[in-house]
Amino acid sequence: MTRESIQKGEVLLAVDQVSLSFGGVKAITDVSFDIRKGEIRAIIGPNGAGKTSMLNVINGFYHPQQGKITFKGQTRSKMRPSVAAAQGIARTFQNVALFKGMSTLDNIMSGRTLKMHSNFFWQCLRHGPAMDEEIRHREFVEDIIDFLEIQAIRKVPVGKLPYGLQKRVELGRALAMEPDLLLLDEPMAGMNLEEKEDMSRFIIDVNTQYGTTIALIEHDMGVVMDLSDRVVVLEYGRKLADGTPDEVKADQNVIDAYLGVAH
Amino acid sequence: MASSAARADTCPKLLMRNAVLYGDLPALRHKYLGIWQTWTWAEVAEIVRAYAQGLHDLGLRHGDTIAIIGTNRPKLYWSMMAAQCLGAIPVPVYADSVAEEMVYVLEHAGVTMAAVQDQEQVDKIFSIADRLPALKAVLYDWGRGLRDYDDDRLHSIDSLIIEGRTHFQKDPRTVTALNDLIEQGKGSDVSVILYTSGTTGRSKGVMLSAERCIAAANDSVAFDHLDENDQVLAYLPLAWVGDHYMNYAQGLVAGFCMACPESTDTVEQDLREIGPSFYFAPPRVFENLLTRVTIRMEDAGSFKRWLFNTFIGIAKLYGEDILNGKPVPLGGRLLYALGNLLVYAPLKNVLGFSRIRVGYTAGEAIGPELFSFYRSLGMNLKQLYGQTEAFLYVTVQPDGEIRADTVGPLAPHVEIKLTESGEVLFKSPGMFLGYFKDEERTAETLTEDGFIKTGDAGFFEPESGHLKIIDRAKDVGKLRTGALFPPKYVENKLKFFPNIKEAVLFGDGQDFATCFINIDLTAVGNWAERNNVSYASYQELAGHPDVYRMIAEHVTQTNRSLAREPLMAGAQIKRFLILHKELDADDGELTRTQKVRRGFIAERYAPLIEALYNGTELADITTEVTFEDGRKGAISARVRISDCPVFASEIGQAA
Repeated sequence: MTRESIQKGEVLLAVDQVSLSFGGVKAITDVSFDIRKGEIRAIIGPNGAGKTSMLNVINGFYHPQQGKITFKGQTRSKMRPSVAAAQGIARTFQNVALFKGMSTLDNIMSGRTLKMHSNFFWQCLRHGPAMDEEIRHREFVEDIIDFLEIQAIRKVPVGKLPYGLQKRVELGRALAMEPDLLLLDEPMAGMNLEEKEDMSRFIIDVNTQYGTTIALIEHDMGVVMDLSDRVVVLEYGRKLADGTPDEVKADQNVIDAYLGVAH
Repeated sequence: MASSAARADTCPKLLMRNAVLYGDLPALRHKYLGIWQTWTWAEVAEIVRAYAQGLHDLGLRHGDTIAIIGTNRPKLYWSMMAAQCLGAIPVPVYADSVAEEMVYVLEHAGVTMAAVQDQEQVDKIFSIADRLPALKAVLYDWGRGLRDYDDDRLHSIDSLIIEGRTHFQKDPRTVTALNDLIEQGKGSDVSVILYTSGTTGRSKGVMLSAERCIAAANDSVAFDHLDENDQVLAYLPLAWVGDHYMNYAQGLVAGFCMACPESTDTVEQDLREIGPSFYFAPPRVFENLLTRVTIRMEDAGSFKRWLFNTFIGIAKLYGEDILNGKPVPLGGRLLYALGNLLVYAPLKNVLGFSRIRVGYTAGEAIGPELFSFYRSLGMNLKQLYGQTEAFLYVTVQPDGEIRADTVGPLAPHVEIKLTESGEVLFKSPGMFLGYFKDEERTAETLTEDGFIKTGDAGFFEPESGHLKIIDRAKDVGKLRTGALFPPKYVENKLKFFPNIKEAVLFGDGQDFATCFINIDLTAVGNWAERNNVSYASYQELAGHPDVYRMIAEHVTQTNRSLAREPLMAGAQIKRFLILHKELDADDGELTRTQKVRRGFIAERYAPLIEALYNGTELADITTEVTFEDGRKGAISARVRISDCPVFASEIGQAA
């Protein structure tokens, strides 16, 4: 499938006239956009534009006062995050949210929780069906470890890892859920050039290899424009522009509000 | 066995022999998805044959060259074996070379195919493909990220193996045809071309013949009593003679098992899990390990530190003598045994050295203190002196005749001559056929009577008959005072301090010796953490006054130790500076095997050298740096220069 056909393909998630406010503060006002199956969709905008709120709305953490969200053809107005996760939405966080005391392996294994089905009794004993199940999941997780090239830190508690690696582990945990839609909140914040390049590579590879649809928030414009198929720009909770990277780069509103003049 | 080894005069013939002799014994291991996977000799032979058929169908023929690019992975070793089955010549290339460096080797070798590890290498190859007109196919091991590539030349190694198998099934005649090809392989054919890392300019392709490779490996396997029950961890660059000799050639000859690490970052863990019985590492690896151990002990509790320091002290006193079988007082033996229980054995276990029967270090001179440290723990670490052109051994230390400051007596079947200027010349069983497509430099390297010039200056110690290497012959210089100036000798002394990662000495034709120092970020960073020294970057840490004080102490100590050696006393360091950036192979300052490129550094940092000699305290420098992706940038810095006391030669005083 070519990138062009993806851009015009089936809609995986549609956000329809969503508004969200906290008391008198309007975080999102009447925003609509869609994410198509297989694409990498970027959400950009200045600080406080409502990007993270938007991700929180998508994965059911916030409930918008108005508007609806359609994911895989099902429309919903309210949904708990666990239901969103069960339906195939996984995410990473702006400030890494891992279990610091647990190893890389265990952290990624925790992403498989929703897929474990053996009963409490066997889980306690860690024998019989529970063991069979664990071996299957472990194999899946080991594939992810291989994919993200983090074999060397398999057994290291994540609290001891440098930030860039923690971000990678978090991506691993999200991948362990085998998501249809992966939400990445600033996957490259605080990384150096080399780490950013690695992370970009992984995002592209996740997209092409597993066919995962990705929505990401990122401030590094170079990265955004290189990676994404389409970009939506928010400012003060409103949608400012939406289109391919080239269209967005040329949009006068976007330049005024966010990008500034090319140096 | 000896007779069949004698008959098998090529690597593929050895492989087929091993499949019969050691069919059920492990030949290769690789950790994949967290589990060690094992292939027996019989399995490897089957895979390699199918792979060879796949390559043959793709058009690889006798005399063609095929580049092998990547880390130590089974499929890349199979690529070498499969190519050799067809009489094609594998050309392993340093995997971390940037595309520009790689193109020289690939162009020069005229490769028709390349077997590579992953997408990164595939991208590199395709980025230079227009300069490789003969390139017909690129084979990859690991397919991640390659799904959307639609180049007809790209094939996965797995698919080739499967195609080879199907071809065998469909047409049984191909099986015998391949057998014939393997049988037709001649020992005098070129078996592999190893490109030297090029300390002095463009790298040269060293052509090695199969029969000589095997003859050399036969000698060393017998010398160290290696057999099919041994095990090694293959983690050194494929393109380095160390890996090709120690692991690949010796493995085929002795039939031992070669384990491939899970990834380049897991080597230490894998080493512990595999517990190799034969181990080979350049001094740098031992240096890094010791640095790491030292740091961890400094972070340990006071009791543990006391325990460690006490018993390492005891090991220094008795350890080497016990290993060498010399008489040691009973009390010493008992203390050593206790130390072994409490410190040495656990330490070796953590490092993965518990089962090492024979360990070698080579490639560069090793600091005597460093060498003794490992030996005193009871590890049979030995030195050898070798060259790619020799494939590999020129001199080697037999068990029980170990010295830190020599490289040992002649290896079996090697002849040595010394020229009047002290340059070492040799003839060895594995010696090369010549440089690929470079008769001029082949002629330069060979003497009229067929000896190879090493370019190293050395002498035989009269009492022991061991060879002592001083330095590269062209690097050994003289100070204006007439005193000997052997840069590497002094640098090695400095590098033994964990805080010093690299040192570059200057002084040839000058009044006194001066030095650039690279601090070790791990060790000094750890020191900074413990001493509440805050820093934001390597550059800032390197320029910190406390760091300067610490390094000055190390240099002073080095001077003191030089003063004790009459020959070297003149080479004491009067002034030094700490460089603001790490020397890096990407900037051309080091070779890919991490050796200092002295001339290049002198040119690049000329203003700093000038400042070392004109007496100023501060010097400004701007240098261009290359990032890993090939982009360039510049960093500038103001570097401080520090003076150091020198000592009168103590021997001189006594006399």
